Amino acid sequence: MRSRLPMLANALPTGAGDGAPPARVGFFTDTTLCIGCKACEVACKEWNDVPADGYVWSGKSYDNTGELSANSWRHVAFIEQDRPLRVTTSASTPSMLGSAPAMVGIALPMMRDLPVRAARSEPAPFEIGTGPDGDGVAMRWLMSSDVCKHCTDAACLDVCPTGALVRTELGTVVVQNDVCNGCGYCVSACPFGVIGRREIEGDPGHGLAQKCTLCYDRSKDGLEPACAKACPTASIQFGELDELRVRAADRLGVVQAAGYDGAQLYGASPDDGVGGFGAFFLLLDRPEVYGLPPDPVATTRHLPSIWGAAAAAAGVLGGLVALAALGRRS
Amino acid sequence: MTRSGDQVRPAEREPTPAAPLEPDSARSSTSASSYHSQPILKAPVWKRTIAIYFFVGGLAGASAAYAFAALLRGEREAARRATWTALISAAISAPLLIADLGRPSRFLNMLRVFKVLSPMSVGTWILSGFGASIGVAALCDLFGVLPRVRLLAQAGAAALGLPLATYTAALLADTAVPVWHEGRRELPFVFAGGAAASAGGAALILGSDHDGLARRVALGGAAIELIADQLYERRLDPVVAEALSVPAVHRLHLGARLSSTAGTALLLLTGRERRAQIVAGGSLLLAGALLTRLAVFEAGRVSALDPQATVAPQRARVDARSREIAGV
Repeated sequence: MRSRLPMLANALPTGAGDGAPPARVGFFTDTTLCIGCKACEVACKEWNDVPADGYVWSGKSYDNTGELSANSWRHVAFIEQDRPLRVTTSASTPSMLGSAPAMVGIALPMMRDLPVRAARSEPAPFEIGTGPDGDGVAMRWLMSSDVCKHCTDAACLDVCPTGALVRTELGTVVVQNDVCNGCGYCVSACPFGVIGRREIEGDPGHGLAQKCTLCYDRSKDGLEPACAKACPTASIQFGELDELRVRAADRLGVVQAAGYDGAQLYGASPDDGVGGFGAFFLLLDRPEVYGLPPDPVATTRHLPSIWGAAAAAAGVLGGLVALAALGRRS
Repeated sequence: MTRSGDQVRPAEREPTPAAPLEPDSARSSTSASSYHSQPILKAPVWKRTIAIYFFVGGLAGASAAYAFAALLRGEREAARRATWTALISAAISAPLLIADLGRPSRFLNMLRVFKVLSPMSVGTWILSGFGASIGVAALCDLFGVLPRVRLLAQAGAAALGLPLATYTAALLADTAVPVWHEGRRELPFVFAGGAAASAGGAALILGSDHDGLARRVALGGAAIELIADQLYERRLDPVVAEALSVPAVHRLHLGARLSSTAGTALLLLTGRERRAQIVAGGSLLLAGALLTRLAVFEAGRVSALDPQATVAPQRARVDARSREIAGV
């Protein structure tokens, strides 16, 4: 935990007296394994009692959820692209990840606790070798289950004027429903557009901030969150963040070696603009393709210059009035 | 693919006919830079009452500073009017803010913490302290008692009034909304200038310009507001600045600049005896300050909902870093 500014509510709590504080937990979402089944979305809604947010036929591939919001804490994105899934040159190893089962085979060593479920699944991004007209144009279908990033430097938590947003002993960021007064500052502060204000039914314009809690009620007791539990391909992996980062780096190497040229980790580095994500991703293309900001920065990183300018401007205002008052009486 | 740009442009620029099942990102390949053209950020949930508060709060803060200056100069009548302007404005501010909360009954939760990290928290405390100070000052004035307490209260209100006029810009800047965040160096000066112009304008309308103090504050404030506003727009990344060009925002912004400029010109050209013109000039400055706040506020909604405003500057940063690493 870096110390940048006076932090009143942003400090990780120390241990409760006996022994070391619990390790920081999070998600590693490996999108190469996502099959777009949306079991994560459903499990999340069920477990957390998140209300429905309408039945809209968006026409945007298989995505009818649209975005993360107060009422969608997991969101599976679907991207259709006119390009092959990976580069298959003679240098790469086409047979290595050539089929969905092979993809799972590579994933298996990482899923010690989930081998049976994973082996039964039919995962991997979808690819066909030729276009609909048989013109040889390949297409691929990317899927990714998005979620709150539980940032190390969480802007939503920083700007919250009531202290309703807190960091738990597990390093996750949650809203205290009984403290939030619905000011909406967190909504505009989040660089990912994750947190939203859940409108009170029949009372538009009123409501409280809501977002993923990383199933605090489960994770504090050592259970994996509902989405990870429900994921049939272990695309969503829950665990201690340090371990997940190591696992993800290994996985990236495997995927890159197999010719997935756009593969990249997103949010795994503690050196990024939000100090690293508590929930990070392995993507097959640039973040913006998935609707994610390529270089998010916690707005409060710039707070010294923001307050500096506000103080200087207040000084100018005072100077103007003083100068005017010192002027001759006309 | 280096065909003559003029030949292909019409076809390329032609918007694709509505094809909901095949949006941009589904058709294009690696160059796609948005997810189905959807916003990345959430639109601010704040209603326009907040923009109006920015204006009223600025008027309150700068009026308190003006009132203290007038008091020190022995202009008791001008000080009294400005004090009451500040008090009434502060009294209007609180309901404007509370009405916008998702749970207004929990307004007091704001006062359970003080967070430098949160401009809204700091601002709540500033407004609370300001309201108390200006209230005491106005009561002392009303009953003509405790002159020393009044002076102290006026000084306190003036000292809190200055940040009251500018913290609102910090509040906007401390968000992920590109057109607000990227204006973090200029917006406080836009708001400070607007606040001075409003306070001076209000004092002029109320006829408190016996020795030119109100006029100087009004004209100086309008000048700062107009210059800072120009700097704000010019220094923005062009993609981010597009939020100021959409018609709804542009109309407000243009109206703001015209109002402030016309008000300034009117006050500069009008003699001190021409009451009607002075009232018109002061009103134009007030309108200009209000419209500026509304323009900046509305630009934020547009900016948040434009994925390119979020992606383009960030992508440029990432690409610059990769070039640096590659040693190009």
